[in-house]
Amino acid sequence: MSHESVRGDHDASRYLGAKNLKRDSTFLLSSTPSDAHTWNLIFLQLLIEEHGYTVINLGACVPLAFLIQQCLFHKPDVLVISSVNGHGCDEGIRLIHTIRKIPELQDLTTLIGGKLGTQGINNRIYTEDLLTAGFDAVFHADSALPEFIKLLESAKTP
Amino acid sequence: MRENEVWNTENPAISAEANPGWFARFIATQRCHRQLVVQPRMGFASPERMRRGLMAVHRSAATTVGTITVDSYTRVNNDRAAYEALVNARDLNGFPIVTHGPEITRQMLKGILQQNFPVQVRHGSALPFKIIQTLLHADLDATEGGPVSYCLPYSRVPLRRAINEWGASCRLLASERTKGKVNHLESFGGCMVGQLCPPGLLIALSILEGVFFRHHGLASISLSYAQQTNFQQDCEAIQALRLLANRYLSDLDWHVVIYTYMGVYPRTEEGATRLLRESVQLAIHTASERLIVKTSAEASRIPTITENVSALETAAAWAQKLSAQGDQEPSLADALVCNSEVYTEAQDLIETVLDLHLDPGEALALAFERGLLDVPFCLHPDNRNRARSFIDEHGWLRWAEPGSMRLPGFHNHSPISSITSQQLLEMLTYNEQRFDDPSNPLVSRTAQRNVRMGDTSIRKV
Repeated sequence: MSHESVRGDHDASRYLGAKNLKRDSTFLLSSTPSDAHTWNLIFLQLLIEEHGYTVINLGACVPLAFLIQQCLFHKPDVLVISSVNGHGCDEGIRLIHTIRKIPELQDLTTLIGGKLGTQGINNRIYTEDLLTAGFDAVFHADSALPEFIKLLESAKTP
Repeated sequence: MRENEVWNTENPAISAEANPGWFARFIATQRCHRQLVVQPRMGFASPERMRRGLMAVHRSAATTVGTITVDSYTRVNNDRAAYEALVNARDLNGFPIVTHGPEITRQMLKGILQQNFPVQVRHGSALPFKIIQTLLHADLDATEGGPVSYCLPYSRVPLRRAINEWGASCRLLASERTKGKVNHLESFGGCMVGQLCPPGLLIALSILEGVFFRHHGLASISLSYAQQTNFQQDCEAIQALRLLANRYLSDLDWHVVIYTYMGVYPRTEEGATRLLRESVQLAIHTASERLIVKTSAEASRIPTITENVSALETAAAWAQKLSAQGDQEPSLADALVCNSEVYTEAQDLIETVLDLHLDPGEALALAFERGLLDVPFCLHPDNRNRARSFIDEHGWLRWAEPGSMRLPGFHNHSPISSITSQQLLEMLTYNEQRFDDPSNPLVSRTAQRNVRMGDTSIRKV
């Protein structure tokens, strides 16, 4: 499948707007298997719900097998992976490789955001690897929130 | 006296260099000197860098103990991922102690771990047995966590499973007493989910984990408390914690460890310093024995060794200044503390749980099952997550919703029934705002926050 990823400025909302984010979309929200942080997930759940969407929040330290089972069960419109412990790039790549091997999940819109490496602002070097691996959009901590809000507001009416 | 009972073991099998439990003894010695012990969070993948970090901490202008923070893969028992990250030189956010093994760890510590520089292993693992086995084989003697405090906030492991494994881990730590070594375990119960947990529950969880540790044979423990949003509230809470420890854990060697605020950190250097200093003042004022500091860097990345040393020295200098000023008198008389709302609330919670079962592990499991303990905002499947808190107009953490917990002092005075993302962000950034800009009243700070939403990033909390 093609992943038309915009390098450089990587305007995620413009790309995903074209993918028909609907007003009644369901979001499945999760962290990575090794990430125990939860305030990011609690905040994101509230934010997404306030924009009118349904959220299923799997919490922290989510094993990959469990995540896949939940994707197949709930059939969400969007999968959001939020990670801030610095392992997000490596775990994200493993995660998306596995997800994309499953026929039912090949076209699942999947986003990842947070602090995805341990390099501070240099974490942006991981964007290309994550997009190549199969993510539809990548959000980095310093600009994640305004970009993500733009995305949430970009839904067309059903 | 308690200390003699704990350490009066003369075992000729122990050589002079062997670690008889340096951590606990060191804290006790510093307490006699009324000297605050400060400690960093620190963990690097390479033994060489970890060793340099420990040496730098030991040499800093502060009374310190060292820290080895374990990486997140090892915490969730994914040793294979830790191994792959090591061999492929990928980012690792801590020292993979199980992958390196006891021999490499012992070599790393050679000449550093000693009577006047003990080291604690910090890990955050709900299933810690292998980590604890490894650290003991490496001749280390101190670690931290607990069946609740390292399960509910940081894992999906079923609580009963964590309780079982933590029980076995405690017994392993306690088993070395037969050869004259007294190992030390700190309860992380005072730091549940890092913030926004009202102090009565934090105190109850620390004490209950202490009771659990004793049940499984431990003789030397510490009880944690994380700095929250109001200095007076925290002082009262810590005094209550100490009185309750005297009541429930008097046959153990125990001390209190304070954590510099674990939430969203001030963005300015001055704000970060003010916050750190307030945590030092909290420790000195309540005669707490140990303080775990934070650096301002941790808001965005893992701190460097230099940044950690700087935080330790800043804390030590401020402790020195406050001690010289004689700031070590507690703010309230014991009798007043015993009648305080936080003391009563904590004691009620402790008694409710202990009444459920003779085995403290089983009691904790039942308590969470029935919602008699309920940590606000904790997403773990075994936590009810109906309890909610809020910050009142004086900056005190209050209960907005008690869930099924019996809180006699709760009077439904919360202005909010359910929270918005904006309100959550304000609570999470309360201290950041308070310390970055102390001149502004809270109302105009809230207005400014609305305007600044456009350039606010989701930050590590």
